[in-house]
Amino acid sequence: MFGSQNFLTSKLESAIGWARKYSLFQYPFITACCGMEYMATACSHYDVDRFGAGFPRFSPRQADVLFVVGTISHKMAPVLKKIYDQMTEPKWVVAFGVCTCTGGFYDNYATVMGIDTIIPVDVYIPGCPPRPENVLDGLMKLQEKIQAQHSGKPFTPPQRYHGRAPITV
Amino acid sequence: MEEPRLLSEILVAKIPQAVIATHGYRGDATVTVRPEFLLQVARILKDDPVFQMNFLMDLSAVDYLTFGKEPQAKGAFVNSGIPVAQPMNIPDEAPWSGPATKARFELVIHFFSLPLKQRIRIKVPVEEAQAEVDSLTGLWPAANWFEREVWDMFGIRFRGHPKLKRILMYEEFSGHPLRKDYPVNQRQPLIGPVN
Repeated sequence: MFGSQNFLTSKLESAIGWARKYSLFQYPFITACCGMEYMATACSHYDVDRFGAGFPRFSPRQADVLFVVGTISHKMAPVLKKIYDQMTEPKWVVAFGVCTCTGGFYDNYATVMGIDTIIPVDVYIPGCPPRPENVLDGLMKLQEKIQAQHSGKPFTPPQRYHGRAPITV
Repeated sequence: MEEPRLLSEILVAKIPQAVIATHGYRGDATVTVRPEFLLQVARILKDDPVFQMNFLMDLSAVDYLTFGKEPQAKGAFVNSGIPVAQPMNIPDEAPWSGPATKARFELVIHFFSLPLKQRIRIKVPVEEAQAEVDSLTGLWPAANWFEREVWDMFGIRFRGHPKLKRILMYEEFSGHPLRKDYPVNQRQPLIGPVN
């Protein structure tokens, strides 16, 4: 699949990437307050259906994106790992909210400090909770990643500085 | 409806040998009761027509290990150089003199009477060495999960509880997290690295 491609296979790969990115079946693994923002993003005002991701599948066997929404405790961690293992390839993971990215403001005996200690994560959406615009931005980045996964080239997310000078420290 | 301050006096009059101390503050009545009399006091509170406490509102515990001592960290920004204001000492007209006994734990139970609309708080001192009291699940089924939480977080056992096991932490967790000597960020992960 990767390596040298001719015209037909690269067109096929980009067609597969196009089909995969615009028909996302999410598994919303919602545990906490970020679920409110997930619902806000998924419903009509900040519609997520226009990105093709409008059908949540509440079974890991039928889903391809695992949205981990909300704090994961050490009691919940084996459950999350099991759900991730039950998903079939190709699968992606979105860490929604700071609790799943890094543990958030929790630093205690019960919280997993970032789900990337347990499962591989593709897109991190920080925020407590993230604004729906942030969620849609993260979803679009995930779509770019899915499209690029089939092109054979290493994926670098495009740097968008919105017309301003590059940040120098 | 009785004056709430008198509720503690009525209870003291009914079983004087069970009560260690009472306290009242702006209508709240608190009675500290010996642990061996807990079930007897609970039965009186439930059945006696003066009390009729048919609603167990809350059952929790307090750890007095560091009571009265200055906390180590003085605020969330202790290492950042930002000055943190100390809490004001607001004068109190009925100050609480502290825990009635030297026991490490104290079980705090809040009761409410739905027909008479009155409340009472029962405190039961529990020693650390023999951290065991009678369970109230026979009288109020609501006590079931509260007692499981107290067992999980403080390590106080309840005699006669139908199934005393951990409710918030997972079964293999060792230790009782809400005790003062359990460091708050000591993690025991089931899977994955510690941090």
